[in-house]
Amino acid sequence: MKLKTIIMGSALFVGAALTGASAHAADKIRFATEGAWAPFNYIDSTGTPQGFDVDIAHALCAQMKADCEIVTQDWDGLIPGLKVRKFDAIIASMSITPEREKVVDFTNKYYSGGLRFLGRTGETVDLKNLDGKTIGAQRATLGAQYLEDNYSGKAKLKFYDNQDNVYLDLVSGRLDVVLSDELPTYNWLKTSGNGDKFEFKGDAFMKNDNIGIAVRKGDKLKDKLNEALKAILANGTYQKINAKYFPFSIY
Amino acid sequence: MDFSVVVEYFPRLLEGTWVSIQLVLLSIVLGGLFALPIALARISPVLWIRSLPFAYIFFFRGTPLLVQIFLVYYGASQFDVVRESVLWPILREPFWCAIIAFTLNTSAYTAEIFRGAIQAIPPGEVEACKVVGMSKTQMYRRVLLPRAFGIVLPAYGNEIILMLKGSALASTITILDLTGMARTIIARTYTPIEIFLAAGAIYLLISMVIIAIFRQVEKHQNRYLGSVSIKVPDKG
Repeated sequence: MKLKTIIMGSALFVGAALTGASAHAADKIRFATEGAWAPFNYIDSTGTPQGFDVDIAHALCAQMKADCEIVTQDWDGLIPGLKVRKFDAIIASMSITPEREKVVDFTNKYYSGGLRFLGRTGETVDLKNLDGKTIGAQRATLGAQYLEDNYSGKAKLKFYDNQDNVYLDLVSGRLDVVLSDELPTYNWLKTSGNGDKFEFKGDAFMKNDNIGIAVRKGDKLKDKLNEALKAILANGTYQKINAKYFPFSIY
Repeated sequence: MDFSVVVEYFPRLLEGTWVSIQLVLLSIVLGGLFALPIALARISPVLWIRSLPFAYIFFFRGTPLLVQIFLVYYGASQFDVVRESVLWPILREPFWCAIIAFTLNTSAYTAEIFRGAIQAIPPGEVEACKVVGMSKTQMYRRVLLPRAFGIVLPAYGNEIILMLKGSALASTITILDLTGMARTIIARTYTPIEIFLAAGAIYLLISMVIIAIFRQVEKHQNRYLGSVSIKVPDKG
């Protein structure tokens, strides 16, 4: 009798949990971000994701009157996670590239960036000839791909799991040069306390690097997001968020 | 699923496989060398001799390998003293940082396996050695260590396989081992399932080779036990 009660009870519990979870998944739009790309997305001291990407996601959700949830996922697991429906959209400062467009759909751009080299202050770096130098970048980024395409076999390339580790190895001296997106690096130079020891080398390039929100192929969510994006650009919400992080427009 | 990417990137996966094999071989050999003195000190009847290896084993078995790798790679490089020391040319290389972390880790586990094996030898055999008048060194060299070697093999083979799988963590400090290579390929092709399946198959193959080698060594080492106790099923 007692055993039966326990079994019935747990079956009910599991059933409730399952239906609860599926109901959950239906209403909520789950946005995934990386959480290691300040000031676009990072985890604050209370463990909550913050930053430009997160603010934009919240603004879009408010515009769509949708219930949203922000989850974090390591960078190179973002697209695989989206494909297996762990979340519904990626808002993680992801560049729209032809390779990625083969596997996911992108919304219109919500900002644009560019790549820029970073090196030690006062050291002359000939960007046309980086032979024998050790260059670092985050794995699975535009910067890493650019390095592979242009410096493979000439310079020593090192790829990291996240951008914080790239900075760590630049400071430790294992890296001579870093290739990264200009805007987060601009933020790192200003906020990390290492601003005087490192500086940009050369100008930003690939300035047509458009950043979009990734959704699964054929997902209708893309149109809804595009509409909401247009609305927040028009009503000034976007500009307010922009001003919170950068004194210039990044759109 | 599109397995043409596996074919296309197979040479690069093999490159990574070679790095993984180097990592495992080097750290197993170095770890094994360190493990024996640690194990012998660990079973010493003298308290101050056995307490240091005890603490060493306790630390390296009790903390995650990933934490140990990060401590060696990112932790040590934070200090100017380390960066200006003569060791920096070694410590700046991720490969050697991984070797250091793996060696320390596996030597702790292996020492504990050795200790167990030495202590598993029936006391009668130790007494027999004493009765025929062997010195302590003779006893270890002629009886205890060869006996322990036979006992240790299954557990030691296990440790090597664990090390092989643990070596995948080297990819977190920019090493392009099999896992690191797989992740770098995926970063370009976005075909995680195909590439990881291929990488998994390669790991499985290496494990099979390790298992086969150990089965042969075991058979050879324990041949004096007769045919009854070496009737190990071929599969399983």
